[in-house]
Amino acid sequence: MLYRENGQFKTSYRADQQIFTISQDRWAIIALVAFAAIAVPLLADEYQFRAILIPFLILSLAALGVNILVGYCGQISLGSGAFMAVGAYMAYNSYVRIEGMPLILALLSGGFFATLVGMAFGIPSLRVKGLYLAVATLAAQFFCDWTFLRVGWFTNNNPSGSVSVSNLSVLGWSIDTPVAKYLFCLAFLVTFGLLAKNLVRGAIGREWMAIRDMDVAAAVIGIRPMYAKLSAFAVSSFIVGVAGGLWGFVHLGAWEPAAFSIDRSFQLLFMVIIGGMGSIMGSFFGAAFIVLLPILLNQLLPWAGGLVGVSVSTAALSHTEVMIFGALIVWFLIVEPHGLAKLWSIAKQKLRIWPFPH
Amino acid sequence: MKLRHLAIAAATAATLSGALLGNAQAQAKEQFFPVLVYRTGAYAPNGVPWANGYVDYLKLVNQRGGINGVKVTFEECETGYATDRGVECYERLKGKGATVFQPLSTGITFALTEKAPVDKIPLITAGYGRSESQDGSVFKWNFPLAGTYWVAADTIIQHIAKKEGGLDKLKGKKIALVYHDSPFGKEAIPLAQERAKMHDFELQMLPVTAPGVEQKATWLQIRQSRPDYVMLWGWGVMNSTALKEAQATGYPREKMYGVWWAGAEPDVKDVGASAKGYNAVMLQHGAEKQSAIVKEILDKLHGKALGTGSKEEVGDVLYMRGVQSAFYAVEGVRAAQERFGKGKVMNGEQVRWGLENLNLTQAKLDALGFKDVLRPLSTSCQDHMGSAWTRIHSWDGSKFVWASDWYQADEMIIKPMVKSAAARYAAEKKLTPRTPADCQS
Repeated sequence: MLYRENGQFKTSYRADQQIFTISQDRWAIIALVAFAAIAVPLLADEYQFRAILIPFLILSLAALGVNILVGYCGQISLGSGAFMAVGAYMAYNSYVRIEGMPLILALLSGGFFATLVGMAFGIPSLRVKGLYLAVATLAAQFFCDWTFLRVGWFTNNNPSGSVSVSNLSVLGWSIDTPVAKYLFCLAFLVTFGLLAKNLVRGAIGREWMAIRDMDVAAAVIGIRPMYAKLSAFAVSSFIVGVAGGLWGFVHLGAWEPAAFSIDRSFQLLFMVIIGGMGSIMGSFFGAAFIVLLPILLNQLLPWAGGLVGVSVSTAALSHTEVMIFGALIVWFLIVEPHGLAKLWSIAKQKLRIWPFPH
Repeated sequence: MKLRHLAIAAATAATLSGALLGNAQAQAKEQFFPVLVYRTGAYAPNGVPWANGYVDYLKLVNQRGGINGVKVTFEECETGYATDRGVECYERLKGKGATVFQPLSTGITFALTEKAPVDKIPLITAGYGRSESQDGSVFKWNFPLAGTYWVAADTIIQHIAKKEGGLDKLKGKKIALVYHDSPFGKEAIPLAQERAKMHDFELQMLPVTAPGVEQKATWLQIRQSRPDYVMLWGWGVMNSTALKEAQATGYPREKMYGVWWAGAEPDVKDVGASAKGYNAVMLQHGAEKQSAIVKEILDKLHGKALGTGSKEEVGDVLYMRGVQSAFYAVEGVRAAQERFGKGKVMNGEQVRWGLENLNLTQAKLDALGFKDVLRPLSTSCQDHMGSAWTRIHSWDGSKFVWASDWYQADEMIIKPMVKSAAARYAAEKKLTPRTPADCQS
């Protein structure tokens, strides 16, 4: 009733090529972005910004990047944590070493170097596929961990190997309050989200998907596998690198290579798998699931325990959190192997014919 | 049907957001202490006794009647030694009125060092964290009370020199530093290098990838190069693994010296008799089963089933470290109360003042049960560490016994290093060091 496209005619190619062809979708997204940009800063408190919303935005951005590579181009990568680390450390180096370097430019340069590293480690994808490629990209993870731990230049010869930044500002707008940090990350996420959505709808996105679905057939119809695969690695690493820069600069403030360990790579891959491979929306769902759920469980369990008169110890809480989290992952994957994004599209389909299902 | 689903969904959403929003404010007359712990994960065997000691001491303060009548409340938050979870815990407990944090992780300390000045909450890092944060004129909110890694490394080298018969005898010797490859492990390097230059001994650096269960390659190198001494900068499972590898390699445990995070019962217990002779430098206290404070905790808490954890571990090394850390935090609040009003709840800035003007005399320590456990400590604007005394203890196969007298870290070496590292930090962050006037406030 509410969600029907009846009567919405496309009278031009322009109208047909819109991102959201149904006006309800369009308005919903505009309302969502407006809500995130205007209402959330007024409603949320400092804890929600710093512990929940900012990590969620940054990891959504990273998951978006990984989804382009894994979900759209079908190249399984376990090196995402490493590309985040490259983004963070190179952004740090350009920020600290070049006097007067603007913050945004520093973050983008982090993305640029992540692109170079990503393409270098993407070269094996021309020969090896699937799980074998996952192992090959794992090398990126160990290589980067080793480099940032051992090569003093990357950490500005800091004896402890930990680096930090502070007093961030963009064009005189100082990014130190939680709201400013949140809006800064949101701006990056919206921009890159729009870019990614348009890329995957365009010619290059279709090439990626063709490679993913069957690379031999794609090559036969004239898609260059090298170009398609390496461009996917490049775009993905760029976005992941920028997310890494934001994670270090905006969220942590001071970091060491352990912040971008192999766990981070797995976490990002799980976000994509749970959220939905090959879906921009899925990246957000996946990030929300992985970032928010453990924190939520951690806070909800003592409260739930209190209702039945049980006080939960910290260790038991932490174990229960992991168990419930694991069980939920399994449950969601059984209910919908295509991820949360698929559930979302099923819900939309149902909503279309509601309240008169046939 | 649909409506019921919607209602359930709405109710769930409301509960969930309520749980996230529910930041209870600290009640009047209650001083809230956040407790960042790791009771799970790779470092849990070492994290648990620390956490139990910390919580037990806070409970004991309440049993003794609070801090001048102000009741102590606390809440634990599990970090799992991960920086991002640590930051989440910090934000969560900050909102509940926390006035002093002790992260028990060098990685989390680095991240919080950037946040503490903004939030005006002091950080106590007793025996860990940044060594240069001793300089209170740059690190206004950091308090590495009682010792930093530079103090640990310096006193280990002093002890080795004493065994050899003097600092000049170190010439030509070879000392290996086996360290956890993280900011924690790397902290000791600058001081060891400085000492190596001064006394002309060879320093061999052997990093071990975290968490440190794989050390075959490291010990192969030690077998080849046969260093005269090994300094072990490990934490958690890395320590017992190192001892097992030393045994397998045939490296004498008597020649191994651990930092104070590598010299506790969980590290040597698994290895048992083969760890005999292994030494570790101690942040003043060791295993203190006989001390008055332990007896009081056993009597007032564990005797009444109020204790945290098992009764057997009360008085163990890391348990005592937890007690010591909580003791400093409580005394910081007490010192603040003396200036800003006895029996009042202090805020972060007031607690910071208290920590900067701590003066724990021998009489105070004795009265609180820390006789022969801790040494006097007094901090100032310039010196946020307050005391640089350590002892060495060694494992005799079943318990730790003192193997040395007190050592004091050489100020002549550490002070210039702290100054230059702090100045470097200040320059990088474009901070202006505090003026003498600021120190008075």
